Amino acid sequence: MAPTYFNEMYQNGQVRPPYRHLEDWTAAMPAELRSLKQAEAEALFRRIGITFAVYGEGGDPDRLIPFDMFPRVFTASEWARLDRGIKQRARALNAFLVDVYGRGEIVRAGRIPARLVYQNEAYERAVAGIVPPRGVYSHIVGIDLVRTGPDDFFVLEDNCRTPSGVSYMLENREIMMRMFPALFRESRIQPVDRYPEILRRTLASVAPAKCDSDPTVVILTPGHFNSAYYEHSFLADLMGVDLVEGQDLFVEGEFVWMRTTEGPKKVDVIYRRIDDAFIDPLCFRPDSMLGVPGLMDVYRSGGVSICSAPGAGVADDKAVYTFVPEMIRFYLGETPILQNVPTWQCGKSDELTYVLENLAELVVKEVHGSGGYGMLVGPKSTKEQIAAFAERVKADPGNYIAQPTLALSTVPTFVDEGIAPRHVDLRPYCLVGERVELVPGGLTRVALKDGSLVVNSSQGGGVKDTWVLAE
Amino acid sequence: MILSVLHVTTYRYDTPVRGVVQSHRLTPSGFEGQKVLRWSVEVEGGLPGGGYRDGAGDWVQSHSVRGPVSDITVRVAGDVETRDMAGVLRGHREHVPPEAYLRETVATAADVALRELGQAAVTGARDPLDAAHRLAAAVSEAVAYVPGATHAHTTAAEALARAEGVCQDHAHVLIAAARSQAIPARYVSGYLLAADGIPHEAAHAWAELWVPGLGWVGFDPANRCCPDERFIRLGSGDDARDAAPIKGIARGPGSESLDVTVAIQSVQQ
Repeated sequence: MAPTYFNEMYQNGQVRPPYRHLEDWTAAMPAELRSLKQAEAEALFRRIGITFAVYGEGGDPDRLIPFDMFPRVFTASEWARLDRGIKQRARALNAFLVDVYGRGEIVRAGRIPARLVYQNEAYERAVAGIVPPRGVYSHIVGIDLVRTGPDDFFVLEDNCRTPSGVSYMLENREIMMRMFPALFRESRIQPVDRYPEILRRTLASVAPAKCDSDPTVVILTPGHFNSAYYEHSFLADLMGVDLVEGQDLFVEGEFVWMRTTEGPKKVDVIYRRIDDAFIDPLCFRPDSMLGVPGLMDVYRSGGVSICSAPGAGVADDKAVYTFVPEMIRFYLGETPILQNVPTWQCGKSDELTYVLENLAELVVKEVHGSGGYGMLVGPKSTKEQIAAFAERVKADPGNYIAQPTLALSTVPTFVDEGIAPRHVDLRPYCLVGERVELVPGGLTRVALKDGSLVVNSSQGGGVKDTWVLAE
Repeated sequence: MILSVLHVTTYRYDTPVRGVVQSHRLTPSGFEGQKVLRWSVEVEGGLPGGGYRDGAGDWVQSHSVRGPVSDITVRVAGDVETRDMAGVLRGHREHVPPEAYLRETVATAADVALRELGQAAVTGARDPLDAAHRLAAAVSEAVAYVPGATHAHTTAAEALARAEGVCQDHAHVLIAAARSQAIPARYVSGYLLAADGIPHEAAHAWAELWVPGLGWVGFDPANRCCPDERFIRLGSGDDARDAAPIKGIARGPGSESLDVTVAIQSVQQ
């Protein structure tokens, strides 16, 4: 039986209300105009220079990620539920981080196995006992969601370290507004352009106790060769903060300083886009040339804040993911608003047996993998591919998890033949500081290949503007 | 016993460097086996950074020195009152769970030989404490104390294959063998009152193994004993690099040479 997919625009031959304007819009757009507009959009993206791979997927950094002009639309009430669910999850993930680097109550209570937390590669013993300002470890939480029905949303994964892609959310909107101003006059679409301002405020709100004036915030980038460098400089520009590399910062006394033409300037908050392993060669990888020697000592003694805080990655591990609903119940005493995708841990022998018997129906992923690599999409694979993958899983079961193949919703998308439904996912960016905030929108990724369920840009995915309508 | 410590480390740079940042784990913490009576860490021309007690209970203090500078001396001096606790680390305040000391590091990755050593040692052990003693004894047997046979980056697997090494290697081999048997283990750096009373060129190191019911227990395979009143414990970590009493990075192209003297004496009361 072929699965049925939820089409976000059409249901039972009727246009769903949030997409009404778009029906008229496409009807009024002949094919020639459409290709003209598509070319214009591409030229705009090229001019801006936004060509990086989303989510650190690798691939050709100079390749343009295809932008699809057909927007994805949510109603205000649909979004209201997502908003509550995402914020709930972001709060629980941060509570978990403070706990596992503190007393570890959730482990003591037997709600999550000690091994999953303390033997996790991402658990940083170096920050045990540290409570960052306002108890926040993950200041930018990217939560990847898929939809399978009108009211059915599932969280695919959480990204608590340094989720990328928000520049696409902002640029997609900017370009759509420039190309189709009439659309934005006719529809009441909630703006996303306050994101940089809220991010700036969020970062400033977690300045360390030793900071007694208006905090100096910087973005720490690995440099221009990094695939997300564009995003780093873009956000620095929009926030009006300095973009620095490791060599621009140094530690002296109790603080971190930035070299400027007017002499050293104290830095209070570092939004780092560098992995934990590289931020301080004195504490982590000694061969790192990207970091700042001594930074971790300043951080741990309260002289600077690092966002996300070192060690935050233990909350977004794919094996820990299974326990996020438990975290919501344990720390917040609430019922999870957003569901997890049912997940089988291949490291457990009974679950491994199930997975191996049902590989043809399942999606199997590496626990630490990302970018759609090293995964098996059972229904889209040949018998030989499935058999080969089974051997890999058997060789190292603990490294794999499996999930049912989700019937990802579709949104109409411009393709060579005209307009056709294509599968999508969504990454909103939740900001956590003094307050927990979420701009109404996110990054919608779309699988451009007919029938494909893999939205990763490295595997033929594109991006769309994501609209949230006002009440 | 009261032990008096004088530990002087001098770094020399062949061309002056623009600045130096160091992170020190050079201050003993108090527990039932040791009480700090007097202690100072001085860095010539250094600016102290913020200090803090880490999750493992160690005091960590950074120092930075503004360049140009061609040599830096770190002078540690103090008196510590010690008691023989048969290696048991009792009354030491920390809150890292022992499970966090089961992960391998480059220096302590277990190969087949280390796993076999660990497996053979714990087989037939009466209880976890007995298993820990057997592991330590097996390491003393397997690796002979031979100064100069290994270097700072020798791994546990390499030291075991050579069957020679110094205290760092003994500790690494014991840690790797213990972790391979799911026994949490960590590296400890500190000082030891030598039998001959002659100043040494290096500080001492041993390992601690987690024994349910007792907590962390020290084992010194190089000296075939558990730490007693002759030992001063400075700090711990996953391996030698992690637990190093002094970590530092100099900004500048120069190459560095090191001069260390450690003098531990027993003070008559």
